[in-house]
Amino acid sequence: MGELAAFIILSAITLVSAAVVVTSGNIVRSGLSLVPTLLGVAGLYVLLQAEFVAGIQVLIYVGAITVLILFVIMLTQGGTGVRVRQTTGQLPAGMLTSAVLAALLIAVFRGTVWPSLAGTLPQYTAGPIGATFLTSAILVFLVASFVLLVALMGAIIIARRER
Amino acid sequence: MQVGLLHYLVVSALLFCLGLYGVLTRRNTVAILMGIELMLNAANINLVAFNKYVAPGALSGQIFALVVITLAAAEAGVGLALVMAAYRNLETVHVDEINIMKW
Amino acid sequence: MVNWPLEILKAVGLAAGIFTFLAVVAAMFGVLLERKIGGWIQSRLGPKHVGPQGLLQTLADTIKLLQKEHIAPRAADAAVFNTAPLVVAVAGLMSWIVIPFGTLGERVLVVRDLNIGVVFFAAMSSITVLGILAGGWASNNKYALLGGLRSASQMISYELPLAMALIAVALEAGTLSTVGIVKAQEGWFGSFAFRQFPAMVIFLVAATAEVNRVPFDLPEAESELVAGYFSEYTGMRFALFQLGEYAEMFAMAAMATTLFLGGWKGPVLPPLVWFLLKMYLIVFLFMWVRWTYPRYRLDQLLNLSWKVLLPAGLVWIMITGYRMAF
Repeated sequence: MGELAAFIILSAITLVSAAVVVTSGNIVRSGLSLVPTLLGVAGLYVLLQAEFVAGIQVLIYVGAITVLILFVIMLTQGGTGVRVRQTTGQLPAGMLTSAVLAALLIAVFRGTVWPSLAGTLPQYTAGPIGATFLTSAILVFLVASFVLLVALMGAIIIARRER
Repeated sequence: MQVGLLHYLVVSALLFCLGLYGVLTRRNTVAILMGIELMLNAANINLVAFNKYVAPGALSGQIFALVVITLAAAEAGVGLALVMAAYRNLETVHVDEINIMKW
Repeated sequence: MVNWPLEILKAVGLAAGIFTFLAVVAAMFGVLLERKIGGWIQSRLGPKHVGPQGLLQTLADTIKLLQKEHIAPRAADAAVFNTAPLVVAVAGLMSWIVIPFGTLGERVLVVRDLNIGVVFFAAMSSITVLGILAGGWASNNKYALLGGLRSASQMISYELPLAMALIAVALEAGTLSTVGIVKAQEGWFGSFAFRQFPAMVIFLVAATAEVNRVPFDLPEAESELVAGYFSEYTGMRFALFQLGEYAEMFAMAAMATTLFLGGWKGPVLPPLVWFLLKMYLIVFLFMWVRWTYPRYRLDQLLNLSWKVLLPAGLVWIMITGYRMAF
């Protein structure tokens, strides 16, 4: 019962804040509203017994990516607070597309019978995740770190001022 | 009532469609990037939920979710650097005004 | 199954207890300690008129702040303006959830011994940046905005060396849980202050920068930016910002004692007394540094983080990994 209450509260926080992100007229409000969305998602991870992923989500998504987004908003046109029109002319088409996709996805999810394989999740996932990264998923780990290095260099080069 | 796989899948489908709506209908480039982040988070919720309810033997879903978070950070960094460079040269961040092609 | 109402009651009660303890001790006593220590270092007495030896000074200051008028700039975004100090205060206080205060018989006194304790601590200190950025922008004041952006860039630059130091200690202890890290330090010379000395130096420098203290307090320096991101805040909200900063400074000191000085371990006195002694030792160190060194310029500050502390942290992690493996 408690789990259901927690799930409902966290999903409500996530979905309402996500709705504010995509519909607010003020771009800074929309950026700040990304924070409760991502925190709600981190809470859902905790409910799904993925506490290490939840910790990393808060540390990286909320602590770094949101700050980066807010920085760029404040350093470009959005930071002046002048209210401009925020939606393109494709509003009806966009709304229709997302509504149809949502209905389709939910219908597919309800209709499928998911198999249930054997095994249980470990009680504390941080250690086993580390062990998996360094043994069976090591290639993924190394490639992801290379991607981060290249993205870091690329972002610095793209964003610097031309001298 | 127990919280089952279907609940998480419905939440992630709704979050994905909100992100898609953001990408399709917003003018500000940064707002489009925020919509993309919402879509990535929805996919992550799916991965972790499937890990718990369908395949709890291995931690593949959580590993995949961690790699997706890493790649989302890289993509947000590069995307926002592009937005800054575009703003510096074109004086605008609205996608419908960045139209310097001939036709 | 878990008894949900009891768990929620325990969580709320502990949270209220810790926040009260921190609001009274950290903010009030800490501010008084800062002014007294600053006075002694500068060859003068600190506050001494209000109460015996000036002990009631901060109480008087707090009462003065609380009865001030709340002024909000007209064009400021009211919702964000009012929520920003709450974010800073709450994030500063949330980091106390994983800090172990000592043992009482067999039980370890910690609110929740999370198995990802160290990651949670780093995550909470990175949420503080959002409150500062929001506060700086919502004031609709260019000095506040500049102060907020500078402070945010300083804090995110120093989160990396902080995380490197935490990772090195977690590598050596073999666990991310704070209680586990304390239990991995045995004896007088087994504490991580000796085995992980570079990590301690990096952690203390990064912690000073994370809480915007001198010598890294350019974003709130009066001669530079009026008061930085909290120029427009008055009364209770200003008090909340200060509470958040002091609570975070004490949290960094408490984390440094858990990680490097052996937490609550000590020969004769009860564990809680040892923990408080060690924590106040590090707080004294922070305050001593504050009143001794001049301020860093912003580019010197960022250079220190990216070009000195981050490579040092990475090299130290490699060395620790090598030591652990062989």
